[in-house]
Amino acid sequence: MAVVDLARTSRRELNRALHDLPADTNETLWRVENPAGQHALAAGLNAPVTVKIAGHAGYYCGGMNQRATIVVEGNAGVGVAENMMSGKVHVRGDASQSAGATAHGGLLVVDGNASARCGISMKGVDIVVKGSIGPMSAFMAQSGKLVVLGDAGDALGDSIYEARLYVRGAVKSLGADCIEKELRDEHRAELRGLLDAAGVGAEVSVDQFRRYGSARTLYNFHVDNAAAY
Amino acid sequence: MCGIVGLFLKSPALEPQLGALLADMLEVMTGRGPDSAGFAVYGAGDPGRLKLTLRGGDLTMIAQALGDVASAEVRDTHMVLSVPRQDEERVGAWLAANRPDVVVTGAGQRIELYKEVGLPAQVARRFGLDSMSGTHGIGHTRMATESAVTTDGAHPFSTGQDQCLVHNGSLSNHRSLRRMLEPQGIRFATDNDSEVAAGYLTWKMREGASLAQALEASLDDLDGFFTFVVGTESGFAVLRDPISCKPAVMAETDDYVAFGSEYRALAGLPGIEGARVFEPEPARVYAWERH
Repeated sequence: MAVVDLARTSRRELNRALHDLPADTNETLWRVENPAGQHALAAGLNAPVTVKIAGHAGYYCGGMNQRATIVVEGNAGVGVAENMMSGKVHVRGDASQSAGATAHGGLLVVDGNASARCGISMKGVDIVVKGSIGPMSAFMAQSGKLVVLGDAGDALGDSIYEARLYVRGAVKSLGADCIEKELRDEHRAELRGLLDAAGVGAEVSVDQFRRYGSARTLYNFHVDNAAAY
Repeated sequence: MCGIVGLFLKSPALEPQLGALLADMLEVMTGRGPDSAGFAVYGAGDPGRLKLTLRGGDLTMIAQALGDVASAEVRDTHMVLSVPRQDEERVGAWLAANRPDVVVTGAGQRIELYKEVGLPAQVARRFGLDSMSGTHGIGHTRMATESAVTTDGAHPFSTGQDQCLVHNGSLSNHRSLRRMLEPQGIRFATDNDSEVAAGYLTWKMREGASLAQALEASLDDLDGFFTFVVGTESGFAVLRDPISCKPAVMAETDDYVAFGSEYRALAGLPGIEGARVFEPEPARVYAWERH
């Protein structure tokens, strides 16, 4: 296992070493000590390695990730796993705002809570939050799935396109064009798969969740609204 | 973009270290605000005396002229004048008449308030922040976006005795609020929007609101983006606007409550490994009082 102590090594050196890893590297397990909330830790990786961050991370941790598994053993700052393409980012604590923003693929798991704008403009990522999420989450979400075991704040899914939202707790309010939808068997199967992938056991039943998605009324311009412009 | 730090001690054992801890936090926030920096420290105080922090040229001349009533301590471009309460008006009138160039950055039983243009570490060093002790302190690093890089534009702002406020964000209705507050006797020293927020809270508290109630009311009356950290003689509070536009993270232990614009600013605090680290929710007032 490669150990990088950020009290002695710069964040830029760490990221350069991770970027330089070939796809078939044998150095597949990394541990980053003393992260002290530094930004852009393990951002831009493109190799099937595991990076464990032993503490709290700052902004954009695991951003643009491809193929790597990144575990934050603390809280993550703004924009964790933003624009992730594939791989997995696992936050053991809480995530700050805009977790998984614009991410195209991969899996983001947050063991604690995620604050405002979780999954904003998500484009295919799967996000599982074991706690609650803040207001304006899944704003303009385009594709992918957001699973929340706790509650959701105001204006969930405002101006949503085709992402699917599964919330177990209370939703404070739904945003424009976001509605509750029927939870059918194919959704139950999909949800179970996501819960399994996030390490959530059978004690959490898929039938405790409600599904939300787009009413699709904002897709096309309504001529009745022409006077508003 | 600006950086905010705040530290409110619950444990008296840490009081001698308050300035040193705050100085480190302030320096980490240099990237968020390299133009200027400022801080307020709530240190020792005597109920019978008023501390005035003055900023301006040739401050020693003031100390000499008022030597019969006041004791003075000069720190770089600032001077803290300690005045018996019964001489408060007399000293104020003397300053207005003889030294209109001097700015009173803060006044109160315990507050001392310093601000200057320059890198945060330099500003902290010039004023000797690392050797200051106290119960709580608030600091700000400024990246000017709406107005010039001047000492006047640096935070914290103080519009009432032992009160101060730092702000990350911008207010849109500060002109109309100013027009409402000035006839109420709230005086402003600058054109800065953040000073208006400080004045608003001073007004609310003067009318009987607690610090928490004043902040609660500000949610209805202030329009714009803000993360505020506010200090009073015995209190410390945090408020973010309803869409949490500006970042904030807090840490609480048995010994302290700490605020930072980013977690990095808190990473060097003693016992941070065991602290409860959380993000303050939007539109929710967080307030602590010393007992």
